[in-house]
Amino acid sequence: MKRTSSLFTNRSFLIGAVITLIVALTAGLSFIWTPYSVSALDIVAKLKPSSPAHWMGTDHFGRDILSMIMVGSRASIFVALVSVAIGAGIGIPLGLWAAARGGIVDEMLMRFNDLVFAFPALLSAVMITAIFGPGAINAIIAIGIFNIPVFARVARGAALSLWVREFVLAARAIGKSEGRITLDHILPNMANILIIQGTIQFSLGILAEAGLSYVGLGAQPPTPSWGRMLFEAQTMIGLAPHMALFPGLAIVATVLGLNLLGDGLRDVLDPKLRHMR
Amino acid sequence: MLTYASKRVLIGLVTLLAASIIVFAVLEVVPGDPARLMLGMNATEDAVRALQEQMGFNQPLLTRYFNWLGGLLTGDFGKSYTYSVPVLDLIKERMAVSLPLAMTSLVISTIIAIPVGIFAASRRGSATDTAAMGIAQIGVAIPNFWFALLLVYLFAIVLRLLPAGGFAGWENGFWPSIKSLILPSLALALPQASILARVTRSSLLDVLGEDYIRTARAKGLSRRKVLYYHALRNALIPVLTILGMQFSFLLAGTIIIENVFYLPGLGRLVFQAITQRDLIVVQGVVIMLVAIVVIINLLVDLGYAVVDPRLWSRS
Repeated sequence: MKRTSSLFTNRSFLIGAVITLIVALTAGLSFIWTPYSVSALDIVAKLKPSSPAHWMGTDHFGRDILSMIMVGSRASIFVALVSVAIGAGIGIPLGLWAAARGGIVDEMLMRFNDLVFAFPALLSAVMITAIFGPGAINAIIAIGIFNIPVFARVARGAALSLWVREFVLAARAIGKSEGRITLDHILPNMANILIIQGTIQFSLGILAEAGLSYVGLGAQPPTPSWGRMLFEAQTMIGLAPHMALFPGLAIVATVLGLNLLGDGLRDVLDPKLRHMR
Repeated sequence: MLTYASKRVLIGLVTLLAASIIVFAVLEVVPGDPARLMLGMNATEDAVRALQEQMGFNQPLLTRYFNWLGGLLTGDFGKSYTYSVPVLDLIKERMAVSLPLAMTSLVISTIIAIPVGIFAASRRGSATDTAAMGIAQIGVAIPNFWFALLLVYLFAIVLRLLPAGGFAGWENGFWPSIKSLILPSLALALPQASILARVTRSSLLDVLGEDYIRTARAKGLSRRKVLYYHALRNALIPVLTILGMQFSFLLAGTIIIENVFYLPGLGRLVFQAITQRDLIVVQGVVIMLVAIVVIINLLVDLGYAVVDPRLWSRS
């Protein structure tokens, strides 16, 4: 209860939550309404700057940039969210298993982490998506793979510190199995840390998706994506800088919102790290 | 210390070996026959078979892997199908662009971040601290390729001070080449500087809360002296770790930035090689970058152990 009220007095959390909520609502709204259709071309109105009719102007095909940003948010959020789910879904059980068993299992997990971290993430994501074909699904796999060791490491670290606590020793003394203790005591007590890590990986996922789309390996046209919009803006930057400005601001706002949300959660849920802002 | 160092070196070697298996295996499952891709769709079966034989594509998988691995160890990375030159020569040529780009970015990011981090930590809670960390927070959220576009718009299109893209080539003079690298370096450096400034600040705040700092202050040393002579040295240890990690990140980060600025570096090479299915080049570049990451991480680990004996005494 006290933690919940602290959350609502935390400036980072509030600003981050409001920005994230706006982005999420915008993405949701795009399913039922956008100012213009993103597939409607209007060559006469191409490259128009901001105006009351087109708040963020139009692109080189006369498409409304605001509408495209609204629809583009779906690809970013979907790719980032599913890649976090993959990372958490595989990484957390691996980390918990390593912490519970120790020994060779733990050592193998650490070496697996060393191996994945040895591959520069962006390069490997580009390699995976380029080899298996561009598209949102392969972008999810490419980003998700790099989330696995991150979650595994965080879960392992948090679980190791919990395995030596008295309440876990008590659970062992009454004969609970390692699996039962992990599910009943370890996992609930490390949920905070995992939520914080989730927001961080989500924001990194948004950036990674934008990067992959920018080099043509993310969501494919005609599906709008923020990174692709920036790629198309590159050759038009001298004529229509607004084409680059708004999709970029959408990425920055989304990532900033998630980072502030993560910082706010960390301040309240993990006070030891309060000054790590 | 020696046991710790040997263990780290062994782990590094095993990681490299495992990475070589992964790189080789991933590229083996690529759809399409490289020989056919190289010769085009109209090539005859005989021509395809002859090329497969010449390039060794028809040998067993394990033989090809060990041939490739043996080649890597003796400096023979194979020959590019599309450029018809040794892969190692291509890598060296492109490294002449990517390495200075990554190093310049690292220098710029360090020059900006460390003073900002120190300044913010020494004025914790003040308006300047809030402003500096606010800017750093935004900096972390900015995609480097978007920042690159903004830089191109301002410095190349509006002010016409710097080139929008391309690389003059070192043979055409130092200054024209450096001019081509200024905007890409700045674009790569900004997000890294933001991360580094935050790490510097938080690391310094950690150290400033230690007992020995209070003792130094109690002895009558000035705030400034305590900050620069006692706190900073220890606070910079984690900063150096992050710097090591950032160098590998910057080297890989060039893949997008080189595409924005049409720079003929390693990133662009690997991207072109992937689209042309020049797999031997992809394998060579990826394993080279992985080796750089492993070596840098190893050096950082060993350097860390030298300055913090608790690490190896524990092991």
